[in-house]
Amino acid sequence: MTTPGRPAEHPFLEIKDLGVAFPTEDGLVRAVEGVSLSIERGRTLAIVGESGSGKSVTAQAIMGLIDRKIATVTGEIWLDGQELIGLPADDLQALRGAQVAMIFQDPMSSLHPFYRVGDQITEAINAHRSIRAKAARAMALEMLRRVGIPAPERRIDDYPHQLSGGMRQRVMIAMALINAPKMLIADEPTTALDVTVQAQILELITSLQDEFGITVIMITHDLGIVADVADDVAVMYGGRIVEVAPTGVLYAQPEMPYTLGLLSSIPRMDRELSVRLEPIPGNPPSPIHLPLGCVFQPRCMYSDRVAGGACLSVRPDLLATAAGHLVRCHLPAEERRQISQGVLNVLAGGS
Amino acid sequence: MAAYVVRRLILMVALLFVLTAAVFVLFTLLPGDPARLTCGKACSAQTIEANRHRLGYDQPILTQYEEFLSGLFVGRTFSADSPEPIVCNAPCLGYSFTRHEQVLTLIAKAAPTTFWLAIGAFIMWIITGISLGIFAALNHGHWPDRLVMGISLVGYSLPSFFIGLVLIFFVVIKWSWLPFPSYVSPFDNPFQFLQTMILPWIVLAVLNTAFYMRLTRNQVLETLNEDYVRTARAKGLPERTVVVKHALRAGLTPLVTAAGMDLAYLLGGAIITESIFNLPGLGALAVSSVLESDLPLITGITLVTSTVIIVANLVVDLLYAVIDPRVRLA
Repeated sequence: MTTPGRPAEHPFLEIKDLGVAFPTEDGLVRAVEGVSLSIERGRTLAIVGESGSGKSVTAQAIMGLIDRKIATVTGEIWLDGQELIGLPADDLQALRGAQVAMIFQDPMSSLHPFYRVGDQITEAINAHRSIRAKAARAMALEMLRRVGIPAPERRIDDYPHQLSGGMRQRVMIAMALINAPKMLIADEPTTALDVTVQAQILELITSLQDEFGITVIMITHDLGIVADVADDVAVMYGGRIVEVAPTGVLYAQPEMPYTLGLLSSIPRMDRELSVRLEPIPGNPPSPIHLPLGCVFQPRCMYSDRVAGGACLSVRPDLLATAAGHLVRCHLPAEERRQISQGVLNVLAGGS
Repeated sequence: MAAYVVRRLILMVALLFVLTAAVFVLFTLLPGDPARLTCGKACSAQTIEANRHRLGYDQPILTQYEEFLSGLFVGRTFSADSPEPIVCNAPCLGYSFTRHEQVLTLIAKAAPTTFWLAIGAFIMWIITGISLGIFAALNHGHWPDRLVMGISLVGYSLPSFFIGLVLIFFVVIKWSWLPFPSYVSPFDNPFQFLQTMILPWIVLAVLNTAFYMRLTRNQVLETLNEDYVRTARAKGLPERTVVVKHALRAGLTPLVTAAGMDLAYLLGGAIITESIFNLPGLGALAVSSVLESDLPLITGITLVTSTVIIVANLVVDLLYAVIDPRVRLA
C-alpha cells in the first residue's frame, strides 16, 4: 500500500481512511472509521466533538499510542512523508516526544506524582538524546521560563502537587516542547482549568506555536475556544468526520446539521438574551451498534427531508461543498445552506 | 516530621498502657484462681494462700497493675519476704510461676524462632507474590494472567493447617525427603535449620503469596491505566522504563503498608504453623500460656507483640512519606 516515492509537495500530516477498532465482549467497538485529514505545516487544526466521537482515539493513533494487542488500526498516517501505521514499535517510540508531542486534559493526573517536575522534563530530554545531567537541567529551566513559570529555578524541584492547575499545564507544555517537536497534539488542554487560566494556556500555546513553527492539533469539545486558535476545524461524530472547514467558514456557513446543533448550544455574547440555547436532542450512538445509515440520523431533525429515506440506510460520504469545505450529509447543498442560514439568523436574534 | 514522630511515640505509649490494662482486667474477670494453679493437686489451703500472697494476687487489681508497670521501668522483686526472693530487673515483664522463669527470658527464647519463621516466609511471598502479580498484570486477559489468578484462588482457599499437614504427610512421612521438623538456631546448624524451616515457610507463604499476587496485579493494572503512564509513553520513553519507573513505582507503593503490617502480625507468632511444625516460637508460647492461665506470661506476650505491631505501623507510615512525596506528615 505504501509508495516509496511520494510527491514533494504533500501536507505535513495526512491521514487517509484511518480506522481504529477494539474487539470487546459486547462486540467490535469501531471507535474511529474512515477518518481522512490533512494539515499544512505550522497550521492549527481543531478536532471538535463530544465524548466518544473518536477525537482522542484519532490523536492517540497519530501518536502511536494505541495498544496493538487490544485494537486494530487500519489506514494510513503520513507525517512529514513518513508512514506511521505499521512502523515498528521502536521507531514509533523514537518519534513520540521528539517529532510529535502531546499534552492532555488533566495536568494533575498526567504528571507523575512521585517525581519532581524538573526530573520529569529532563527524562523527556534523555529519552531522545544523550546529554549531561547539568545541561539537561539547564534546558528544563530555560523551557520552564519560556512557558511562563515564575521563579523556575525554585519550581523545577517542586512536585506536581505543589503547583497550581495552570502551572501544571505549563509544565506539561514545557515537557512536550523540550525536544522541539514538529507537531503538538493538545487533547482538551484547558478543560480541567479555570476559565481565566484557560485563556492564558491557549495564548501560551499559540505564541509558542508561532515561535517554534509547530503544527498543532487541538482536540476539544468546546467550539468556543476553537474560534480563537484554529485555522481549520474538523467536526467528529460517531467515530467519523462529519464536516471540515476553515474556521471562519465553519462558523459562518456550517452545513452539517450536527455542526449547526453544536453552534446553537454555545452561549455567545453577541446573541439576543431571548434566544434560548438549543441542546441537540438524544444521545451519541453506541460505537458497537452504529446506525446503518448516517450515524447522526437518529438525532437529526432534517433527515426526513431526504428523499427515499437514504439517511436511514445509506452512509453519506464526506464530499466537498466548496474549496476546503467538506460535509458528510445526504441533504442537497442548497437545502443545507438554507437551513443553516435560517438557524443562524434565529441565533443572531434576527427574524 | 520530628514533631510527628514524637507525637506518634507518645500515642504509642498511651496505647500500650490501655492495652496492658485491658489484658489485666480481662484475665482477672476470667473464672479460675491463678493461685490455685500454682501448685499441684494435693495442695493445702494454706499453701494456696501463701502462694497467693507471694504472687501478689491478694492485692487489689489496681495495685497489681501498678506493680506491673513499675516493674517495667525499675524492676521488681517477687516474694520479697520469703527466704528466696526472685529479683526481676527492669524491664521486668513479670515472672511465670507455672514455668518458674522470667517472662522476658521466656519470650527472648521463643522470639528468634518466630523471627526466622516470619522473615523467611515474608521474603518468599514478597518475591513470588509481587513478581507473579506483575507478570499477570502485564499479560492481562491472556492465559498467563488467568493461570496466575487461578493458582492464587487455590492458594487463597487452602487453610494453612491443611497445607501444613499435607506437606508433613507427603514430604516428611511418606517420601521421607525431609527429617521431622526440629528447630535449631541457624547459627548452630544452618542445614538442619533450613530443613526444618522450609515447610513452615511454604505454608505461611502460600496464603500470603496468593493475596499479594492479586493485590499486585490489581495495583499494577490500575496504574497502567493512569494518565501519567500515558504521558510517559507520549514522551517516547522505552516501554521498560514506562512500566518499571512509572507504573510499578506508583503501583507497588501501597504494598508497603500491607507488607509492613503483615510482617508485624507474623512477628507476633504464627499460632497454627508453629503448632503444626512443633516450632517453639511466640505463637506456641502464647497458646500454652493461655491454656495454663499463666497471666504474667499472657500479659508479657501481649505487650511485646502489640509493641511490634504499633512500631511497625509507625515505620510503615514514615516509610510511606519517604516514598510518596504527596504524603505530608504533620
